[in-house]
Amino acid sequence: MGIFSRNKKARGQKEGAQPSSSRREFLKTAATVGVGTAVGAPAVASAMEFDFETFMQKNFRELSDEELQGVIDRLERKYSEKYGKDVSVSAIGPMDGVLYGYGLDISRCIGCRKCVYACVDENNQSRDPEIQWIRVLEFERSEALRTINLEEGNPYYEHEKVPEKGKFYVPISCQHCEDSPCSTVCPTGATWREPDGIVVIDYDWCIGCRYCMAACPYGARHFNWGEPNLPAEDFNPDIHIIGNKPRTRGVVEKCSFCIQRVRKGRLPACHEACPVGARKFGNLLDPNSEIRYLLDNKRTFVLKAELETNPKFFYFWGTEGRS
Amino acid sequence: MHNLKLFAHFVSGSLLAVASGSRGYYIWLLALTILIALGLNAYDHQLTHGLITSHMRDQVSWGFYIGNFAFLVGVAAAAVVLVVPAYVYNWGPIRDVVLIGELASVAAIIMCMLFVTVDLGRPEFVWHLMPIIGTPNFPHSLLTWDILVLNLYFVINWFIVTYILFMTFTGRKYNPRIVLPIIFLSIPFAIGIHTVTAFLFTGLKSRAFWHTALLAPRFIAGAFCSGPALIFLIFRVLRKVGRAEISEAALFKIGELLAYAMAINLFFVGTEVFTEFYAQTSHTVHARYQWFGLHGMSSIAIYTWVALCCNVLALIIFMVPKFRLNLNILTLGCVFSFSGIYIEKGMGLLLPGFTPDSLGEIYEYAPSLNEVTVGIGVWAVGALLFTLMARVAIAITAGDLRITRT
Repeated sequence: MGIFSRNKKARGQKEGAQPSSSRREFLKTAATVGVGTAVGAPAVASAMEFDFETFMQKNFRELSDEELQGVIDRLERKYSEKYGKDVSVSAIGPMDGVLYGYGLDISRCIGCRKCVYACVDENNQSRDPEIQWIRVLEFERSEALRTINLEEGNPYYEHEKVPEKGKFYVPISCQHCEDSPCSTVCPTGATWREPDGIVVIDYDWCIGCRYCMAACPYGARHFNWGEPNLPAEDFNPDIHIIGNKPRTRGVVEKCSFCIQRVRKGRLPACHEACPVGARKFGNLLDPNSEIRYLLDNKRTFVLKAELETNPKFFYFWGTEGRS
Repeated sequence: MHNLKLFAHFVSGSLLAVASGSRGYYIWLLALTILIALGLNAYDHQLTHGLITSHMRDQVSWGFYIGNFAFLVGVAAAAVVLVVPAYVYNWGPIRDVVLIGELASVAAIIMCMLFVTVDLGRPEFVWHLMPIIGTPNFPHSLLTWDILVLNLYFVINWFIVTYILFMTFTGRKYNPRIVLPIIFLSIPFAIGIHTVTAFLFTGLKSRAFWHTALLAPRFIAGAFCSGPALIFLIFRVLRKVGRAEISEAALFKIGELLAYAMAINLFFVGTEVFTEFYAQTSHTVHARYQWFGLHGMSSIAIYTWVALCCNVLALIIFMVPKFRLNLNILTLGCVFSFSGIYIEKGMGLLLPGFTPDSLGEIYEYAPSLNEVTVGIGVWAVGALLFTLMARVAIAITAGDLRITRT
């Protein structure tokens, strides 16, 4: 296959870096003047600076349309100043009749980690300390053993070229469980499952107790142990409040199926970045979707099915005889 | 109005009592203040740079702080072991000491709350889990339950000691019709705080090591080993430095209680070891890490065996009458019991649950110097509060601090 496994320069052009004005118009129909912005947003040069409005902000789910618009305006101003880019902040809600599902073809995945880096580019993770939402585990290919024992996986493989002979790869990120243990245990209701199946976090509401990290069976949740560092040139200005909004120190973060993209009908960044078509995404409620075709025609499985978390992330071997 | 005036005297008298003392008392307070200052300094460092100053990481996302929290909930719960014989059976000798036991409970709960607070990534937003101003995820999140029962238990204990001390201060006998119902209420609450804390872990199906019905009983058994042991050690110190009148009969009674508690605790350890290792599954990996280490990483295993040795030695001392009825050997047994449970119910319980992590990775955690310093600061706060409260309690019960009825 000859694809370099860790060639950062080979990463694709950033998708969605240009905010569309029509989207902004759409979002501004709800309310014109935001409440709580009358004080005039202070220049937030550093995340360390105390910001009274952010401090007093309500839980995302309790914000009225007006208050939400105030938050959107404030964040757009704040990020424009901080990163020097034209920023589009959205809080676009779920579409009716949509339940997102993800499929991953283990027989195709070559372990190149392009999805990992595309995700970081898209979702404004801290570059130092480095946070990644997707972990790719490398497993020994074995004729006898066809089960996946996660303890045998190695996330730290380094090869000149991938795939390495005799290995197979399983990328793991948030499984968007229907019965998500993380949201059950959260003491503040800062994380929940949206009607379209996306498990989200309100990054302004999380207090950083990390109970959800103990509860998650998939290691999908990551904590901002230090001050997140996101250089302005790496900042993606196409923001969703409960998606890729830049995080502060002391909060938990994770994959949101690229909520800022999929709710506008686009594909997740990892899906677009995959060079071998191992990733499939779609609406589980649409009988003609690709993801439904997979579920109907392939032998799929979910990770740790015995825990009955009902993930909406399905793994399968698309090509018989490989891996 | 009369009672209010008396209470004002009670408060001012208490303040005078804590402000005066021997040279040793002042040195002890100074030492604790220095430790608290060091702890505050370390916490300031953590607030400035984030929890990256700890050695916790995504793989082991709880460590020293939550380990100490789980242990101290046990210490707080254990006062009830003394409360039952003292008030319910009206057994004289131990009633003299039960106040001190309850003060230890109060101090332990405050330490619990401090340990949870220093573990938070954004402590300034802690109001998010309060009713009305926040959105507590009650009743789903066990953490909200834990906060609730800990606060109620704190109020109950605080009320009992304050009421009894106030009545003694004014030269009256406490009204059993007020005290007894609250005492009875405190018993299920003591069991409750530790059960809920155990359920905090048991309720996580993602962590096979904690997902066992035995965890709550083990917590309780451990609590009854560590709490009374600590109270015993405090009494021995108070008999030396304070003028507290604590009878030997009460001390030996604690030794007897400890024999039962430690026997049950070790029985539970045995049943768990059998279940894990006789019929092994992929979940046994955590117990294997706990007892033997994995892939050469075995720092926790050493502590597991040290804890086992401490607990076995303690049991021998508590069981053999010749040892148990010798105050010095019994003291040694209490030191063993306290240290053994501190390891077993603290980090010994916590770390194997996270190792290997949910994707099978082994990250060997050991607390950072900054974490330990913050922890020492929290313990010093507890010790300081206890010292001040005990000083008042002893002054009042010994009759030094009393008001004559006018």
